[in-house]
Amino acid sequence: MNFFRYLVRRLGYSVFVLLGLSIVVFIIARLVPGDPARAALGPRATQEAVEALRAKLHLDKPLYIQYFFWLKSVFRGDFGESLYTRRPVIEDISEFLPATLELALFAGFFMALFGLLLGVLSARYANTWVDNLVRIFAYLGIATPAFVVAIILILLFGMYYEVFPTIGRLSPGVSVPPRLTGLLTLDSLFTGNWVAFFDALKHLFLPALSLSLGGLFQEARITRSSMLENAKRDFVAAARAYGVPERVVVAKYLFKPSVIPTVSILGLDFASLIGNAFLVELLFNWPGLSRYGINVMLRKDIEAIVAVVMVLGVVFTVVNIVVDLIVAYLDPRIRLVERGE
Amino acid sequence: MRRTKIGRWWYKFSQNPLSVAGLVIVILVVFCAVFASWVAPYPEHAGPYVNYNEANHPPSLSHPFGTDVFGRDVLSRVIFAFRSSLLMGVVVLAMVVPVGVTLGLLAGYFKESWIDILIMRITDIFLSVPPLILALAITSVLKPNLTNAMIAVSVMWWPWYTRLVYGMATSLRNEYFVQSAELIGASKFHILFREILPNCVSTILTKMTLDMGWVILIGAALSFVGLGEQPPKPALGTMVADGAKYLPEYWWISVFPGLAIMLIVLGFNLLGDGIGDLFSLEEA
Amino acid sequence: MMQDMLLDVQDLVVHFQVYGGYLRVLDGVQLRVRRQEKVGLVGETGCGKTTTMKTVMGILPQPPGVIKGGKILFQGKDVLSMRPHELENLRRRGISMIFQDPTAALNPVFTVGEQLKDAIRYALGRRDHGSLKEVALSALQAVALPDPSRILESYPIQLSGGMRQRVCIALALACPKELLIADEPGTSLDVTIQDQILRLINRLAEERKMAVILISHSLGVIRGWTERVYVMYAGTIVEEAKTSELFSRPLHPYTKALMGCVPKLTGEGIAEGIPGRIPDYFDPPSGCRFHPRCAYRMEVCQLEKPRLFEVESEHRVACFLFGRKKDE
Repeated sequence: MNFFRYLVRRLGYSVFVLLGLSIVVFIIARLVPGDPARAALGPRATQEAVEALRAKLHLDKPLYIQYFFWLKSVFRGDFGESLYTRRPVIEDISEFLPATLELALFAGFFMALFGLLLGVLSARYANTWVDNLVRIFAYLGIATPAFVVAIILILLFGMYYEVFPTIGRLSPGVSVPPRLTGLLTLDSLFTGNWVAFFDALKHLFLPALSLSLGGLFQEARITRSSMLENAKRDFVAAARAYGVPERVVVAKYLFKPSVIPTVSILGLDFASLIGNAFLVELLFNWPGLSRYGINVMLRKDIEAIVAVVMVLGVVFTVVNIVVDLIVAYLDPRIRLVERGE
Repeated sequence: MRRTKIGRWWYKFSQNPLSVAGLVIVILVVFCAVFASWVAPYPEHAGPYVNYNEANHPPSLSHPFGTDVFGRDVLSRVIFAFRSSLLMGVVVLAMVVPVGVTLGLLAGYFKESWIDILIMRITDIFLSVPPLILALAITSVLKPNLTNAMIAVSVMWWPWYTRLVYGMATSLRNEYFVQSAELIGASKFHILFREILPNCVSTILTKMTLDMGWVILIGAALSFVGLGEQPPKPALGTMVADGAKYLPEYWWISVFPGLAIMLIVLGFNLLGDGIGDLFSLEEA
Repeated sequence: MMQDMLLDVQDLVVHFQVYGGYLRVLDGVQLRVRRQEKVGLVGETGCGKTTTMKTVMGILPQPPGVIKGGKILFQGKDVLSMRPHELENLRRRGISMIFQDPTAALNPVFTVGEQLKDAIRYALGRRDHGSLKEVALSALQAVALPDPSRILESYPIQLSGGMRQRVCIALALACPKELLIADEPGTSLDVTIQDQILRLINRLAEERKMAVILISHSLGVIRGWTERVYVMYAGTIVEEAKTSELFSRPLHPYTKALMGCVPKLTGEGIAEGIPGRIPDYFDPPSGCRFHPRCAYRMEVCQLEKPRLFEVESEHRVACFLFGRKKDE
């Protein structure tokens, strides 16, 4: 009951924030010096053609009217046309977005799972070499940008020891599964194409690892300190005092409250995943939103830049909501206490 | 009196060797950046220098980090690149901290009022997009150079400080010392900056130290894509990007600048953790 | 009678490992409880009452706790040398504890029902859902909680302080136990509710024929609800007597000073505090730990730690005013 209300409130609020974002992005986009119509048509187009395009794009109207028109078309799914690829931006995005999503989701999963695992291990073997090793890697991992990790991984596993592929999503010659979701792993799974499935996984591995490494170790540290903190709390001692066996005390009464901080961080870490995916994709030649995004940014393809930022904003917001819901499910204090109490 | 206080702080700080290591790293980097012309073995290589005879040499005694495609000494360029990195960190924080902290104080103290709602909603908007994306987008819209990169990063960095201070201010405003100040009739300025702010300083300082590392990291990401300091001025991210084309044969062109980034961020992280510990372990 | 002794703590010494050394928290604690007896343990905050009880139950976290010596005999068996499954047995059927802060003692992310069922499941070895729920409901009814089925579904955050305290009692007594340790029950609640809680504990103890160790820093609580009392200071027992005897004839200087601290309702005179502070456990005073604050201090008090000297039957004092070291 309260869960549902919480969800509705979050959704409503997010829509509001995204609208605000669209305004900000729109304003920033319009800050670009120069005439978008002229840029679209090129220097050789006639003045009349430019004026016609300006009228069509409502560029002669005041800013807020332009915004309304833009918003209207966005709701219809029309983000305008890209100067770069010369086709509707929405098409570009739907082609490239799944690749980035697949990478980011994979990396996020990886990060959460192994972060938790390592964290529990660090807590269990606190202050031993296991713990210290994780701590060293945590410091190094957080400090190293994903693109540097990517380079090191490419060097090590792509070139010196050719274990994992370093280019693209599938090896040449592997049959591409039909496009159901756009995520190669899922698509090949649904159609029973095992060759493609494992090949896609192999291609995912290095890029996902580069993305997740920094966050992984940070999650491990947070889990570790959370578990060690909670181990001292009375509710753990109380569970023992009631005669609950030790393994249940640890696996249930200690574990559940301790993972809450880790999961909360996941939302933020996912943001850095998406941001870093931009750079990692370039290095691994991953045909995702990044290569497209960087190119449109370097070419000042305004409509496309706006669209890319909005889409990523939506993705990020959705992920945040999902993470918040998971945290609310785990921690009743969040959903049962009114905000601001 | 003051001498003993600093002495005490240093004693506590130096208990953790990692914090001291962080401090050493940071001092080293700053030193190299300031005195780059004297520290770097080939200072002229940081500018428009070309010598194809020396190009792509692996690390050796005369060139510990090797040379790049243009024959420039990688080590010297890395040292000079520290300048733009540190400059970005300093300038961004100098712009972001006053603005973000003030907004956070205002929003937190005037909680539930329109000021709070306005400021925090705007904060939420800026935080709804992954930070790097926003910085990239803004930089791309403007002309790509170091100044614009700094502006872009500042624009998307200030919300973190607002959020941080907001949280602290909302709880502090209920403390007795704040309420007494209100009862005496102290001005809002006094309450915000003389009562509440001093209690937030330690957390803010810790975050600032850690942020130096993060801003430099984002700066490197921006220059990696070509949206920061422009060539021929050296920037760590740019050097990594340039060298990436020549993997694996001329690996040193990418790897050493990459490790340099890691070192700087690591240094600020360790230092920041040490400062954080210093303030939290106040009790003897 | 040795046979009667449910719990016999002998010379318990516990240290805490801290940065730079040890905190000598417990310095030879002696305590005995008979079947169905109501014993009080009174002392200032920080004197080691909770530490002693946690060690008795085997839930003292080690590290940083280190048990340096002593024995804890429960029904004749030494708790300190028990193996894990014996300890589990001890907590399921032997001793139970109500923690000081009910909010801290309840796991915030599980419902009351979930925690109750776990407490019951392992103690009674029941598996099926139905009977677990029955026992849980009756445990909640036993502590006079209204609408038990709603409480089963609730999370601790949804309950008031008084309800949480009752839930903790229900958890402790969901299954039959021989000894109940109540650590400052109701301290965080207002006085009338605390009284109800104490009444409840007393009634349950009588009904189920349990012994009770009632810990408190309040002399009033001790006086009203116990038969025998131990006075604790800085990790040692300084006096032991029947409750009525203690209040009519306190012997140890600390006990006397404690009584003097309580303001009289009749308004005669001003309550005096005790000069000085509780000792630093890192570097405690030599000999008798109370000597720096004691008005009756003698030479020997600084040099040696006094045993508990028997002044009368059932009244013992750890003070050189009442005995010398070679005395028996």
